[in-house]
Amino acid sequence: MNNTEKLQAQALSEIDSATDLSQLDQIRVDYLGKKGQLTQLLKQLGKLPAEERPEAGQVINLAKTVVQQAIESRKAVLEDEHLNEIIKAGRVDVTLPGRGNRRAGLHPITLTLQRIESLFQQIGFEIVEGPEVEDDYHNFEALNIPAHHPARAMHDTFYFPDGRLLRTHTSSVQIRIMQNDKPPFRFIAPGRVYRCDSDMTHTPMFHQVEGLIVDESVTFAELKGLLINFLEIFFEKELKIRFRPSYFPFTEPSAEVDIMGERGWLEVLGCGMVHPNVLKNVGVDPEKYTGLAFGMGVERLAMLYYGVDDLRMFFDNDLRFLKQFH
Amino acid sequence: MKFSEKWLREFVNPAIDSDTLVHQLTMAGLEVDDVTPACKEFDGLVIAEIISVSKHPDADKLQVCTVDCGEKDPLTIVCGAANARAGMRTVLARIGAQLPGKPKLEATTLKGVLSNGMLCSAAEIGLGDDHEGIIDLSGSETIGKPLNELIDINDNIIEISLTPNRGDCLSLKGIAREVAVFNQLEFGLPEIKPVEMKSTASRNVKSSVTSACPKYLGRVIENVDTSVKSPLWLSEKLRRSGLRSINVVVDITNFIMLELGQPMHAFDNDRLQGGIEVRFPKDKERIKLLDESEFDIKQNTLLITDESGPLAMAGLMGGYDSAVTTTSNNIFLESAFFSPDAIIGEARQYGLHTDSSHRFERGVDPALQSIAMERASALVLELCGGQAGPISESTSESELPKNNQVVLRQAQIKRVLGIDLDEKFVTDTFLKLGMDSKYNEKQWLVVPPSHRFDINIEVDLIEELARIFSYDAVPVSAPTHKLNINAPNTHYKTVQYFREVLINRDYHEVITYSFIDPKYTKLLNNNKSLVLANPIAPELSEMRSSLLPGLLNTLQYNIKRQQERIRIFETGLVFNDIDDLKQEPHVGGLIYGNINEKQWDKKNILCDFYDLKADVETIFYSMLRSERIEMKSSQSEMLHPGQAVDLLVDGNKIGHFGRLHPKICSSLGIGDNLYVFEFNIKNSLKQEKSRYAKISKYPSVKRDISILVDEKIPLTDIINCINNGATELLTNLELFDVYQGEGIEKEKKSLALGLTFQATSSTLMDEEVESIMAKVIDGLHNNFCAKLRE
Repeated sequence: MNNTEKLQAQALSEIDSATDLSQLDQIRVDYLGKKGQLTQLLKQLGKLPAEERPEAGQVINLAKTVVQQAIESRKAVLEDEHLNEIIKAGRVDVTLPGRGNRRAGLHPITLTLQRIESLFQQIGFEIVEGPEVEDDYHNFEALNIPAHHPARAMHDTFYFPDGRLLRTHTSSVQIRIMQNDKPPFRFIAPGRVYRCDSDMTHTPMFHQVEGLIVDESVTFAELKGLLINFLEIFFEKELKIRFRPSYFPFTEPSAEVDIMGERGWLEVLGCGMVHPNVLKNVGVDPEKYTGLAFGMGVERLAMLYYGVDDLRMFFDNDLRFLKQFH
Repeated sequence: MKFSEKWLREFVNPAIDSDTLVHQLTMAGLEVDDVTPACKEFDGLVIAEIISVSKHPDADKLQVCTVDCGEKDPLTIVCGAANARAGMRTVLARIGAQLPGKPKLEATTLKGVLSNGMLCSAAEIGLGDDHEGIIDLSGSETIGKPLNELIDINDNIIEISLTPNRGDCLSLKGIAREVAVFNQLEFGLPEIKPVEMKSTASRNVKSSVTSACPKYLGRVIENVDTSVKSPLWLSEKLRRSGLRSINVVVDITNFIMLELGQPMHAFDNDRLQGGIEVRFPKDKERIKLLDESEFDIKQNTLLITDESGPLAMAGLMGGYDSAVTTTSNNIFLESAFFSPDAIIGEARQYGLHTDSSHRFERGVDPALQSIAMERASALVLELCGGQAGPISESTSESELPKNNQVVLRQAQIKRVLGIDLDEKFVTDTFLKLGMDSKYNEKQWLVVPPSHRFDINIEVDLIEELARIFSYDAVPVSAPTHKLNINAPNTHYKTVQYFREVLINRDYHEVITYSFIDPKYTKLLNNNKSLVLANPIAPELSEMRSSLLPGLLNTLQYNIKRQQERIRIFETGLVFNDIDDLKQEPHVGGLIYGNINEKQWDKKNILCDFYDLKADVETIFYSMLRSERIEMKSSQSEMLHPGQAVDLLVDGNKIGHFGRLHPKICSSLGIGDNLYVFEFNIKNSLKQEKSRYAKISKYPSVKRDISILVDEKIPLTDIINCINNGATELLTNLELFDVYQGEGIEKEKKSLALGLTFQATSSTLMDEEVESIMAKVIDGLHNNFCAKLRE
């Protein structure tokens, strides 16, 4: 065996037993580097007679190639092993929960309000607000409910010693908005309202959304269309809905809207055509304009939508309750 | 209002079942609240008379009665009722009888005496809840007659909730009128004829306030036997309408009220002195009412009086002293029209509410008084005997309500409802509703009937038409409107922004009552607050002047329910009443417990001031330019003096945040690792629009320094000092370490700061940066004796 073969065999054996990439690289330098043993052999070719040079050169180059290839393939193996080790070391229990805080949730009443608001905003309703401590005029008088009117008994009103009161409905907001602007109007007024009543099915504070359109040709047929549309989108299904005659001093005709639930009809809305006296009170000509108005109890809608069976849960603010809503 | 379905069907009897009738009523606007069977099933009950009563030989509380039930031989019945007496007529359950909810009756031996049946109380038969003694029918019913021939078992009690505009339906007559309209039928009342006058006894009547009482009718009926019991048909009709039997005369007046809608009153004529006058009170008059309540009479209370003084509050309740009792011999019947305006609010003033005031407030048909008087007189004569005198009357026709003509333009129907109704339907409907109408030149001239107080303007007629046409039959269409994009409501958007940031930072939203327990106002030293005149409970009596009480209350509620980590917020109005009332929107929140939910790789660290501050900074720095925001040490008494910050926007304080004062925590009995914030957001803190600034393409240069300063020096001072020394080339300044402890002098702290410099038009030279750094370090040294650390 000549020198080249010996070196090649020696190199291949070293490559085979290399255990990491740096070792392998050292082997490459040792044999193939500028001063490597095989490189040296090439440099010594000059010492051979000219006719032997090509063949000897070929042999050495072949050995270099063989060694180079062996290094490459060993490198691939070692790199693979190395990667596997990194991966092995990097294994974690991916079923452990993520770190840090989660997102909390909005109150179910706010969520319900936001749903109602976004549906009406789609068709151009503005969102307006008003004061909660109101005067008699905006809460009653202007809405065609004079002092001592029997309809006042329907509102168990909270009063302050000076005669002011907590609004019993958000209908008071329509007066404030219409007084300060010109028709057409198209808005909803969401907010807190108050009635002096507390039992299984009443809380002294609750939420309402009042809605109003006043324009040159608004009709009862449109009121029906609007509310059926709203209720079916809100409850995400087709509903059996009925409009039945009722009475509110600030609308004429007036209606209650019922939907068919699992145990019969459920009242969900009050509505009607704005009473001409209300329009007159805010300086709108009832001969030129008509209006539709509706009001809904947000708690009632939230209870139906989320399946909450106890109204009072909304105001206990038990975290175990609140965490159920996102 | 409650009524018996069978009674209604006496007046109008459409060929529809109960369910259809109920649906019809509801869809007519007379909402049915409840339908219950009028009585429970029974059988084998007959009218019987007690012939004799003797004591049970072996039991003190039992009596042995001999009872005639219309058969040849009397029966022996053992009875425990104290009111059993000879001559009394009552209800006997015979052997084999079926009482509601009981097994078939068998003969039983009670302490040695065999009882061949049972005498029944009203409750036992299912006719009400009276179980004090056996039912007393003295005199009026035939012995041996089966009870189910006397009263109709197969009947429903229908309860409707009437809206205040439909006073005309507070009677069977009114409801029958509606049912007739919806079923294309006529309705019939029993014929009412004037009774024969057999006496000349009368009493003068006079209304001195004709606007409040335009019509007053009175009649004396003499020699009346008021001791008889009301017959079963009468007491049952009352019971099925939710009224108790009082005595026969009162029962008759109540019957008239239910049947026709005219509240009446009966006085004991022997207790009246001189003529009757309807008037307002004189000074300091007092009255004791039927229910034995006594009142000083307030101004504007309409009174029925005689020469001795007030007898009754008109339309509300009669007086105690002049009331008809079972010993009265002569009675005086009143049938009057009191105008709604005179009665409205009166009952409430005295904390009373009666069936009578309920009807007068809503309007009683002014054409009804003499009909009701004749109907009542006839019933009194029929049931109690006696002789009726002439009717005395004081009427001011001009003060009676007028039914003004209302014009309905045909085009208005479509304008309001969205559909045309044909002329024939409209004219027919008016006719059925008892309205006089004339159609001419595309309009109707309509005069509503005297019983309708709610038809005053054109839309009232349109509503009637829609109601009879059926709301459900009105077609559906979509509203149309000129399209335009609305500018967003800034305040609304701000509130939504706060909510979104806070829930993303793990705060749950709560909604608490706007009225709070006054104890919190005291505890938090809040401003003068607004107090309710009629709170629902003392702990809900004051309007909140801060969101904190509701939040603290919620915190305590949840701590009691084993919650250890609580992060909550609320938005809403708060109320202050210092000079004038302010109701302004606030947002407030609190954190309590650990920074994180319990986690597997972190120590459970309690939250502190800086956790709260991070939340506040997140909200405001992503909303407003930082130059507009200022945070200053706060003097707020509710916060821990060392961990309290006021937040200012454009120099105005909008709120504060920090650790709740330990003394407040201890009075609430909760731990003191509690941090709170509250801000007034009335000035619509509109999120500022973002603005683009050019990004320099030249490399930046970073320099870190570590300085040692007195521990009392606040970071802001140091930052200001650095900013003064550095030029606008300083583009970023970050604090990356604060250290105190080993290796550091006492009362000193080490701060590590990173400064980044960058120019927009050239690459910075090292010399430039070094010269700025030298100035900065000089400044820190001169101002704070800061030493550079190696």
